Amino acid sequence: MTQALIYALTGAVLFMLGVRATLLRESLLPRLLALNICGAGVFLIFVSLAYRGDSLPVDPVPHALVLTGLVVAISATALALALNRRLREMADE
Amino acid sequence: MNNLLIWPVAVPLLSAVLTLLWPRRSTWIGVLGTTLSLLAVVLVSRQVVESGAIELALGGWSPGLGIALRADGLSVLMLLMSTLVSMAVAVYASVYISRSERRSEFWVLWLLLITALHALFLSGDLFNLYVTLELLGLSAVVLACLGGSRESLQAALNYLMLGLLGSMAFLIGVALIYAGYGTLDMAALAAAIESGPTAWVALSLMTGGLLIKSALFPLHFWLPPAHSNAPAPVSAVLSALVVKAALYLILRLWLALFDEVVTQTAALILGLLGGIAVLWGSWAALQAERLKLMAAYSTVAQVGYLFLFLPLLAALPEGTTRDVALGALVLLALTHGFAKSAFFLAAGVIMQRAGHDRIAELGGTARALPVTAFTLALAGVALIGLPPSGSFLAKWQLLSSVFITGQWIWLPVIAVGTLLAGAYTFRLLGYAFAPGEGVGPSLSVGREEIPAVLLALAATLVLGFWASAVWELVPISAYAGGEG
Repeated sequence: MTQALIYALTGAVLFMLGVRATLLRESLLPRLLALNICGAGVFLIFVSLAYRGDSLPVDPVPHALVLTGLVVAISATALALALNRRLREMADE
Repeated sequence: MNNLLIWPVAVPLLSAVLTLLWPRRSTWIGVLGTTLSLLAVVLVSRQVVESGAIELALGGWSPGLGIALRADGLSVLMLLMSTLVSMAVAVYASVYISRSERRSEFWVLWLLLITALHALFLSGDLFNLYVTLELLGLSAVVLACLGGSRESLQAALNYLMLGLLGSMAFLIGVALIYAGYGTLDMAALAAAIESGPTAWVALSLMTGGLLIKSALFPLHFWLPPAHSNAPAPVSAVLSALVVKAALYLILRLWLALFDEVVTQTAALILGLLGGIAVLWGSWAALQAERLKLMAAYSTVAQVGYLFLFLPLLAALPEGTTRDVALGALVLLALTHGFAKSAFFLAAGVIMQRAGHDRIAELGGTARALPVTAFTLALAGVALIGLPPSGSFLAKWQLLSSVFITGQWIWLPVIAVGTLLAGAYTFRLLGYAFAPGEGVGPSLSVGREEIPAVLLALAATLVLGFWASAVWELVPISAYAGGEG
């Protein structure tokens, strides 16, 4: 259990670091990276929840949730990058 | 019969796919898909009215293992509002967007937005709610930047980033709930959740994430630029529906799932933020120079009113008085949905005709566009809360809940907020009904003017006279933890 707890706490710390940088940074790229770190923290918490001791198999539900979450996070990141590129093209014109 | 529940989600989703495959007929498929979704929602509502809350286990997997869709009084009311508003806006958009090159993109995203909204209102599973929130957020962001201007892109990007942060907070709450209770099914959770550190932290994180999305003061700052720079039909659904989706979730969490965790202090904090939002949003709307910006700030204020109900609901004992107050909250949300979408559509008509929406230069609107000016006036009646609009009844009940609970601090907030709403509405009408050449002359009624006036009539007349239906539907709950 302690090992899973270390992972979960690391996830919580990552989440908080990500929130802080998302809110405080000014340019988009670091903010987007921070959001992804935030997401990684949340997913780490989910993955650590799946551990149910050495004798039991891992709980598959959190893993399935993480997969869905990853897909959402990737799409959102791609959308933000595309919007940012369009904005830069407009600034160049 | 229960599999009716899949149609409000499946119909718009299938139509979105069809639009992708057949972009040249996008307008046609878009309007038809919206109409069929309306039909599906009406069928589901009829079943709920006749036989109470209904549930569908997707794919035959029972909840716990699979994902359940559930429809009860609250979700049916939100569904009906969103589908009626989107029907009117779709008719308007079929004219407004018809000349745009981005027509087919608009309709695909439009149908996806409806899919996400309907799935959100029907979802009975916390993780599924997160997915629908993200679907809703992503389609709303892309719709918001279809205008193509630099401001709209910047606003959409900010909206996206904050929305993502909100969903992350929501998701971490979901993780905590799963860790604590081993299930994500909301009906099971409604019975299981007890007051404790896990439930407390989860509720705060989820509520915090949703507050960003519902734009409660001081997290409202992304809303005015995003809503006022989007194309008119998009602004209408963003302000009327997308903001309400987050609010609906807060209601679900606070009243059904976490009803034993919520304390009077927590509710009071949200009520206070709501009170500040009412005053600050109305004041900013009064100062706004552009019509759409004024409408967006007015949304900030109206969202504030809805949060005023939370401390009252927390103080009232379970039973009829609380159901009456909850019904008033829902009625206010519904009225605002219809009124604000009417307002934004009317603003869109004016912008297309006049080429701008600067309030001080709107002289002559009433002569050139009598129907649209009438729409603005009707929507204004509903925003202020004058009889016979639905918001008049809702505010009446809000006041009587204030008297019952003795929470007098809300009284001046409601009074000043209503006066300010009157001030910004009459300031606008003063300019619109003044003589002037701001808007070119035209006496014909355009097809795009009709949906807006119907929405405004729904807010002022239909919801005013048939409001009792709201109070009859609200107590039908699918979550035993809520109403017992």
